[in-house]
Amino acid sequence: MSGDPHRRGWLAGLGAGLGGLWLAGCDRLSRSERALGALGAAEPLNRAVQRLLGRSALAPEFTRADLSPAFKVNGTANPPDTDYQALAAGGFADWRLVVDGLVERPLSLTLDEVRALPARTQITRHDCVEGWSCIGEWTGARLGPLLDRAGLKPQARFVILHCADTLDDTAPEGLRKYYESIDLVDARHPQTILAYAMNGAPLSVGHGAPLRLRVERQLGYKQAKYVMRIEAAATLAGHGAGKGGFWEDRGYEWYAGI
Amino acid sequence: MSSPATPPTAQDTPLGGDPPPVRIVTERHGLGVRLGHWVNVVALFALLFSGLQIFNAHPALYWGLRSDFERPVLAMAAEDAGGGRLRGTTTLAGRRFDTTGVLGLSVERGEAVERGFPAWATLPSYRDLATGRRWHFFFAWLFAVNGAVYLAAALLGGHLRRDLAPTRRDLRHIGADVWDHLRLRFPKGWAAARYNVLQKLAYLGVILVLGPTMVLTGMTMSPGLDAAMPWLLDLFGGRQSARTLHFAAASLIVLFIVVHLVMVLLSGPINQLRGMITGRYVVVVPKEAARPGKEAKEEA
Repeated sequence: MSGDPHRRGWLAGLGAGLGGLWLAGCDRLSRSERALGALGAAEPLNRAVQRLLGRSALAPEFTRADLSPAFKVNGTANPPDTDYQALAAGGFADWRLVVDGLVERPLSLTLDEVRALPARTQITRHDCVEGWSCIGEWTGARLGPLLDRAGLKPQARFVILHCADTLDDTAPEGLRKYYESIDLVDARHPQTILAYAMNGAPLSVGHGAPLRLRVERQLGYKQAKYVMRIEAAATLAGHGAGKGGFWEDRGYEWYAGI
Repeated sequence: MSSPATPPTAQDTPLGGDPPPVRIVTERHGLGVRLGHWVNVVALFALLFSGLQIFNAHPALYWGLRSDFERPVLAMAAEDAGGGRLRGTTTLAGRRFDTTGVLGLSVERGEAVERGFPAWATLPSYRDLATGRRWHFFFAWLFAVNGAVYLAAALLGGHLRRDLAPTRRDLRHIGADVWDHLRLRFPKGWAAARYNVLQKLAYLGVILVLGPTMVLTGMTMSPGLDAAMPWLLDLFGGRQSARTLHFAAASLIVLFIVVHLVMVLLSGPINQLRGMITGRYVVVVPKEAARPGKEAKEEA
């Protein structure tokens, strides 16, 4: 009975029609704030499960033999911002890391002062949200002790990282520059560092000189480059579009553990 | 998982002959199996299409701990074909194929663009990784929970042992079964009311191997879960291997779905669909075999 050519034509038509409807329907849902909100229910679930399974678990570390011969540069490769270019031209001698917001003792540190903080070296895997991975060796100041030195106020729940690079100059004012944020569980994690060296050499401009975040249990877009200021905050509202990061404001998950 | 067989209701067919065949309505699929099946249909469609959206963000696969960009296992790209024209190429294990129009280069909103899989194969159809990920992780949870509940119930309730595990007799007749399938001769009568050995093996492969592989390789791609469960990386040989295996297992699931749909169409689609929607499935048997015997109970 399925050999009947009329029936076959009818079936093919039905298939194509249903396929078209499926595509159009899914595209429509993909543009609906409500549907996207419902689909986004997986993000808090992923965070809850990952925290439950290993709140303080360490990301796997590798050996020098595993290092990527060519670690891919992604996002900003060289910040177009004139103030950053001036700092880079001076070898970052005039660069300062500002730690402020909900802290008892705001700090302003030179690169040498950052290098003198309690440090950690780790060979870890960098996982881009696009799907590729590279392995690199990072040396940097541990964020936890730095926050202790500044003294977090009890209301502080997030650490916001303000960056030097403009990544989207077509966006409205306030949405052009890169920024990121993490919570205190990740901020105090022993592998969370502000890296100033990669593979034994000072951090290159492509990889975020002079200082970038490494938060090893999350995806690449959380690893903010060109960090200028660390702000302790009670909420993510009031920065960018309020979602906690440059890519988060563009629809990506704030918790990027998967 | 399975409901007890209702007494088959026999209706004499008007067809004559000797002996007159009888249509018997059997209880084929229990409510749990039917619910799980249709949840799976929705979840798998969303996962396959959103998965290709995610794949398109970096349409290349690698083996090992990290991406060896010079040596992909599989890569899709658009390249200059000369004369200002572009060509879509797919490289698989070092061999390059021209796949213009489908892989590497295809039409999106009326324009030829460089993209791994074409617009009709991705969710959403236009390029939007953030939205593809939302679809993927939402339905990944649905797929994993649905699969876990099904597996637990199938193990505890006996569905796996009773309906899916091949019997010794099944395995002895596997050659004959393959030969029958190749000639598109399907079981008739009471034999049609139970899974044949090829069906059992295909379903077991999907349920016990491909399904768990999809979930576990998906989990291995998570940097957060790799910290909590580093054995995942040992199991699959690294994150990039896991990504490749995720793609391979998904491809085998697509192959299974295609064969499954062809089989449904060839073996009486209305009866099969009714069986998976209402649970009732009709078998046609000679009159003397129409008594609700031992076999009828076994089908439930």
